[in-house]
Amino acid sequence: MLFMTYEVTINGRSHRLELERADGLWQCRLDGREVRLDAVLARRDVLSVLIDGKAYEIKREQTATDMHLWVGGERFAAELRDPKSLRGRKGGSADEHGAKKLLAPMPGKVVRVLVPEQTEVEAGQGIIVVEAMKMQNELKSPKKGVVQKVLAAEGAAVNAGDVLAIVE
Amino acid sequence: MFRKILIANRGEIAVRVIRACRELGITSVAVYSDVDRASLHVRKADEAYHIGPAAASESYLNIPKILDVARRSGAEAIHPGYGFLSENAKFAQACVDAGIKFVGPTAASMEMMGSKTRARQHMEKAGVPFVPGTSRGLQSFAEAEQVAARIGYPVMLKAAAGGGGKGMRLVGSPDELESALQAARSEAQRSFGDSEVYVEKYIVNPRHIEMQILADEHGNCVWLGERECSIQRRHQKVLEESPSPLVDPEMRRRMGEIAVRVAKAANYTNAGTVEFLSDQEKNFYFLEMNTRLQVEHPVTELITGLDLVHLQIRLAAGEKLPFTQDEVHLRGHAMECRIYAEDPDNNYFPSPGKITLLLAPSGPGIRRDSGMYEGWTVPIDYDPLLAKLIGYGTDRQQTIGRLIRALNEYFVGGIKTNISLFRRILNDREFQAGKMDTGYLDRLLALAAEAGPPQDKSANIAAIAAGLFIALEPTTTTGNGSLSNGVGSAGRGEAASGWKRMARAEGLRSG
Repeated sequence: MLFMTYEVTINGRSHRLELERADGLWQCRLDGREVRLDAVLARRDVLSVLIDGKAYEIKREQTATDMHLWVGGERFAAELRDPKSLRGRKGGSADEHGAKKLLAPMPGKVVRVLVPEQTEVEAGQGIIVVEAMKMQNELKSPKKGVVQKVLAAEGAAVNAGDVLAIVE
Repeated sequence: MFRKILIANRGEIAVRVIRACRELGITSVAVYSDVDRASLHVRKADEAYHIGPAAASESYLNIPKILDVARRSGAEAIHPGYGFLSENAKFAQACVDAGIKFVGPTAASMEMMGSKTRARQHMEKAGVPFVPGTSRGLQSFAEAEQVAARIGYPVMLKAAAGGGGKGMRLVGSPDELESALQAARSEAQRSFGDSEVYVEKYIVNPRHIEMQILADEHGNCVWLGERECSIQRRHQKVLEESPSPLVDPEMRRRMGEIAVRVAKAANYTNAGTVEFLSDQEKNFYFLEMNTRLQVEHPVTELITGLDLVHLQIRLAAGEKLPFTQDEVHLRGHAMECRIYAEDPDNNYFPSPGKITLLLAPSGPGIRRDSGMYEGWTVPIDYDPLLAKLIGYGTDRQQTIGRLIRALNEYFVGGIKTNISLFRRILNDREFQAGKMDTGYLDRLLALAAEAGPPQDKSANIAAIAAGLFIALEPTTTTGNGSLSNGVGSAGRGEAASGWKRMARAEGLRSG
């Protein structure tokens, strides 16, 4: 028998999810409530779910920095942890108490580094400015702490997912 | 007819022209910059040549390099697409000098239309309507009073040397005129060192409506109906449609005839578009002529049944227009959504990157002109237009319904796009009623998006799906026996046994 437990965060709200295979279907418990459903992975990142005859298509969008799920025209920020199997979501940054990485959300060019290493920063404070398609985007600190390292120099070309700075 | 054409462009429009070449049996030649080696137009073309670094000035705008490729590859004509070199008279002339046909008007026509003052002189002679007012500076307050009374309030005072809103004053009634004129003059003097001010009728809630024309090199010219382009964000078109909800057959005929007059006054050849500003009472005024194929040309193609790129190529090859004005029939309704790589939740900031998932709509009344594919990385160096989704239907309502349906099928993962913006516009009541002007979209966006009640149900589905994606994912990682065993999904196991059953049944029959 297959049994899985996950901690899921949807738009900042935590849920406890248990999934169990049962007679070719899925018995699912979300925050204690039971749902029975049928699910097929139509292709990578596209899931078809049937619940009581109602059909849902869910699309998964994974960028270098985050994961979003689309249910119809609605988009949800999602995070997933699997305490039992230790299969965390891919591409995540380090845990909340330790160092956090500042990742480039898109390919571009570093036009300005706003704070030098060893500076104390507030959560949300701008650290690096990246230019793409002739527009500038200020990348903000993911947490309050000290900028331990700045890994990109002004003028450098960066790819999506590149670590630009580490805040601890 | 040409045997080989070079396309001096990239993205969806290069793919559009390459397709037309293929349909006409013409060999297509693509050019590409460093970052476009893997772009769709390079994949689709018969031949492709590298022309330089990512910066457009060193590649897609580099006239000597493009002409060199044309010569080396033996291309007889160059299609410029839109943007880049398409309205560059020097390029059109350089093509002629190199013995290569430029698919578009002559350099002389382009130059005339490129200069506002020269265009105005020629057009006024041809009886083309301009926004009423003085084209030269006002000599006195008395003259201002007289002109304003003649054209009717509200009027706009504008600095002759101006731009950027400096030295501009909106005047609603005669008693405001004197102080407004003084203020505009002193502001113009301060800003531009020139106090010359002219007056124009102020168009309240203007609409941007344009007319497509086609002209051959034998003096024939036809109009192909209007396109309403009032849905704009920061002066950039976002959605276009034809016919315009404002235009009736009489207005269309008048606008078409004036557009043809504009084209003839400029000795225009090939495809072109005459832009007008219209008020809500159907008075319209000449703005400018776009001397190229427009981004939004597909809406005209759908309602006329014509292929404008085929026609551009045939006209450039010296053929006569294959139909007369009387043979042009408009039928149905078409609407185009410009899909941009930009983030609606982050002030429409460009969002280049890798497309990790692409689900494309199809079905009745849907056309998609696209320059992207799954796995392609959208470069940061060019315009963020990815694709155009065009809907067609019997009438406007059916077209809107089809587009909303298709937008819900459309999914681009890995980068942000403005697809959600179109759901909002197409579902808006004012838009559905055809009530629009060039300020419509900025007003709509200034309202906070109607945040519906928090969708707990969808959030719960998302939470369950987050786990299911992992549980159903074909896993290549080791060290988790229970998960690998669970990979056979609900559907998969049953399907497999179904196949087996059928195979057995088949086996029995054949045996």
